[in-house]
Amino acid sequence: MGTQTIMHELGNQALANRREYLGMAEVSGPVVAIRGIHNVGYNELVEIADGQGNTRLGITLEVAEGAAIAQVFEGTSGLALETTRVRFRGTPQTMPVSEELLGRTFDGLGRPIDGGPEAIGEDRDVNGLPVNPTARAYPRKFIQTGISAIDGMNTLVRGQKLPIFSGSGLPHRQLVAQITRQAKIVGEEAPFAVVFAGMGIKHDEAMFYIKNFEQSGAMERLVAFLSLADAPSVERLVTPRTALTVAEFLAFDLGMHVLTVLTDMTNYCEALREISTVRAEIPSRKGYPGYLYSDLASIYERAGMIKDRPGSITQVPVVTMPNDDISHPVPDLSGYITEGQIVLERDLAQRGIYPPIAGLPSLSRLMKDGIGEGMTRADHAHLASQLFAAYAHVKDIRALASVIGEEDLSPLDHQYLKFGEAFEQRFLSQGHDEDRSMEQTLNLGWSVLSALPPEELHRITEEEIRKYYGK
Amino acid sequence: MDEGVIGKVKRVVGPVVEARREAQVEMLELVLVGEHRLIGEVVRIQGDSAWIQVYEDTTGLRPGAPIWSRGEPLSVELGPGLVGGIYDGVQRPLSALRAQMGDFVSKGAQVPALDRGKLWRFIPEVKPPLSVTGGCIIGRVQETELIEHKVMIPPLLAGELFEIAPEAEYHVEDTIARLRFDTRSIDVALHQRWPVRVPRPYMARLPHSMPLLTGQRVIDTLFPVARGGVVVVPGGFGTGKTMVQHALAKWCDADLVVYIGCGERGNEMTEVLTDFPKLTDPRTGRSLMERTILIANTSNMPVAARETSIYTGITIAEYYRDMGLHVAVMADSTSRWAEALRELSGRMEEMPADEGFPAYLPTRLAEFYERAGAVRTLSGSEATITTIGAVSPPGGDFSEPVTQHTKRFVRAFWALDKQLANARHYPAISWMDSYSEYIEDVEDWWMERTNHEWQKLRTTMISVMQQEARLQRVVKLVGADVLPDSQRLILEIANVFKNAFLQQNAYDKVDAYSGAEKQYRMLQIIAELYKLAAEAIKNGAALEDIRKTPIFTEVMQMKYQYDNENAGRLSGLLEKAREALHGYTNDNA
Repeated sequence: MGTQTIMHELGNQALANRREYLGMAEVSGPVVAIRGIHNVGYNELVEIADGQGNTRLGITLEVAEGAAIAQVFEGTSGLALETTRVRFRGTPQTMPVSEELLGRTFDGLGRPIDGGPEAIGEDRDVNGLPVNPTARAYPRKFIQTGISAIDGMNTLVRGQKLPIFSGSGLPHRQLVAQITRQAKIVGEEAPFAVVFAGMGIKHDEAMFYIKNFEQSGAMERLVAFLSLADAPSVERLVTPRTALTVAEFLAFDLGMHVLTVLTDMTNYCEALREISTVRAEIPSRKGYPGYLYSDLASIYERAGMIKDRPGSITQVPVVTMPNDDISHPVPDLSGYITEGQIVLERDLAQRGIYPPIAGLPSLSRLMKDGIGEGMTRADHAHLASQLFAAYAHVKDIRALASVIGEEDLSPLDHQYLKFGEAFEQRFLSQGHDEDRSMEQTLNLGWSVLSALPPEELHRITEEEIRKYYGK
Repeated sequence: MDEGVIGKVKRVVGPVVEARREAQVEMLELVLVGEHRLIGEVVRIQGDSAWIQVYEDTTGLRPGAPIWSRGEPLSVELGPGLVGGIYDGVQRPLSALRAQMGDFVSKGAQVPALDRGKLWRFIPEVKPPLSVTGGCIIGRVQETELIEHKVMIPPLLAGELFEIAPEAEYHVEDTIARLRFDTRSIDVALHQRWPVRVPRPYMARLPHSMPLLTGQRVIDTLFPVARGGVVVVPGGFGTGKTMVQHALAKWCDADLVVYIGCGERGNEMTEVLTDFPKLTDPRTGRSLMERTILIANTSNMPVAARETSIYTGITIAEYYRDMGLHVAVMADSTSRWAEALRELSGRMEEMPADEGFPAYLPTRLAEFYERAGAVRTLSGSEATITTIGAVSPPGGDFSEPVTQHTKRFVRAFWALDKQLANARHYPAISWMDSYSEYIEDVEDWWMERTNHEWQKLRTTMISVMQQEARLQRVVKLVGADVLPDSQRLILEIANVFKNAFLQQNAYDKVDAYSGAEKQYRMLQIIAELYKLAAEAIKNGAALEDIRKTPIFTEVMQMKYQYDNENAGRLSGLLEKAREALHGYTNDNA
């Protein structure tokens, strides 16, 4: 990688390696324009040094004959047009990968912030490469999280990308922490690791996660990349890519099962919008660039499994919905790419239910292939479908009750309301450290369902009713 | 100057490259850019500049890099070996690519779409000398057990066929016939090439007359599509667009399915690749993969290739149509295609129209959907392409440009409903918002097979569903208890129809696919149940009591209990319903 040429100051001419230039043409927000250059590639790394010699990194966004536009990851404050030196590395942004990264904490660009030595290892392009669809292995092994609302109704599968759609003030932190603590494949001991990417989150939030990893003893299996709220926003654009480059190495080179937590993707998207606006690109919805979907896909699609390689990458990104709006472009486009979503609901949280996982809009697309006989239990699919259907009906009845009052409801409607209560209080609700087995979760599902008469259970076979109903 | 160099890179903006032109270039000409020879297409020429959209990642591309011409527009290879294959947006075979470059798709790979080493048994069907024109069938190759591949004269050729190869095994590049045109001799190979953006010619358009049976009750019975028709399936995320597309790809009665995964998830393509070979076609008993071609340009693959993927897919579909086959094309999702168009347009600094989409979006949509249709092929047979396009409206809002423009060019609309999906009612096709203009086209076909009852039964059930929607508004205000029994019966029957008929379990062996007979008989039973119960209530019976008759439970379960081979046995259930409810009055209670 980069040439270690000694630098000279020779005015406006290219320097020793003919790749270093003095002066810039324009600075605007995090974006700079450099003229009078040549042989610079698109999407390549740029080192920019201010008058005092402080170096910061950037990447070319557009290259033309004799000119380039670059975004600077660490902000442009203190850069003057005349005294800034620009050096083009001639390679894309890379991250050194090795097993030694486990237990370490880095900034978004992969520089250590834990007082340890620089990362060393094989340099990998952080942008990664798309997995050939024929090389993918279809995810089928369910991960037991110990959380009934997830295991029972939105089962997480190894290699899946399942985001948590949250809102400000909702306990997604606790939920993510509980998932990372409790996630396991039943009856299997396989090497695992956690890769954590924090983008634009606050310092104490990051500390919450780190402390949680420490307590659960996962610290030596953790690689953290923190680009916190006070770091320049552009750094967030690289953070998930750096993190996933390491995750890919751990998973596909070392054969580990990697759980990747990306939080918060909404902050990432804001950074993307910031750059797009500075570049005066044509915006699509809410000022986000038209390529937001492709850009998010280049992150989310790095989850998965590959045939004949033992490891896997499971992604749990956190997306906060601005103003709890699920149709906001960030959760909306995320939902189109990810394989389902766990949606947190403010109403449940306000009623003191933890985890406040919304029954209806939550979904795991890969669930169908990870559950059933030989994996979880034969009745799982029907049970989950029935719980969804019955709970949807509860919502209708509650809406009706709010108009006509509970007294005027039919006896059957009352039974549904009772089921709704039981479902929320006993099935959804559980402790922060409560780790339920799949068997427990399913039995609990049957137990709350037994509040309804068997004729109402259309999604369940008669045989299953005989076997589990009322037991 | 290098051989074939037509210019040099001047500027790189993501997937769009501005080139300094040094030779003549043509619009939509295929070019290779830079040392990695990235595939690109000329999309604008202005003075000495040419704009190229590049189908691969342009990271590291530098100004000054050479650009070569391929001397033809972006084309696909058409010949035996396509069926069962999976290709990217510019028709590179992904399996061969994996064998060559490993598990990740890196750039600059150039692998021909058709396997050059594979031998095919060609059987000539004509004897020279013979005067032939484009589209004439001169022989055949058994491509898979299901697909008999017709070897055709390429559309634009004509002349005197004076030589044809004898029956033997040939490679796709081998010459299998020779034509004389004027004094020239033209070789015809076992494969041909065709530019993707040009529709392949046919003799005439034909009216639609047959339904494309999908085995999905809500579609075939309520919102049918004719062979040669076009449908759009819009739905927000999680409403099951891909599930509908997969179900159709599995069960529709087309001869060949071209499935275009355009900007969607990698795992979805993997799912098709792992599931389809194991599934058998209900009509032929053969593996579904033997009639399926996949085009996969997943969301993280280069955006420009996503734009071409739907053209690649439809061109392949047209080629098989020309053999006289009925082809179904699933495009999932056309919104991602439109977004690719928007991204490229933005990078070329074009003036945006609605929500940043280019003003030519509707034109492009129309061009794509018009390539579907029922035609008389150049060789004289009747063949069709049915296109089913998914649309992913942002926020599930159907008023956005892609849904709205698409609606102008399609004649059936299967609206996916968030609320149905939330209650896990799949397929979540809304019976209130969807429509199909193909009902008249397929009516005769259904009437012939249903004792001329189809239209009546359909209308009855649609009217029940409409009345139910109206009553639900009342129920939301005052509750169901205040309604008279005759109206509560409507709610009850609507509920039966929803759960027993419209909802269909794609993962249940019996329920996944319903043949025409089963659909008709189920429809008949529910309509009869309604008629008899209404009469009983008129005679003074209480709904409460009627509901308790075991026939209701049996009807609810019938979709699982009677498979397609035994659909005839449903007439027994009909009799049972008649017995249970005929003459039922309050005296029976």
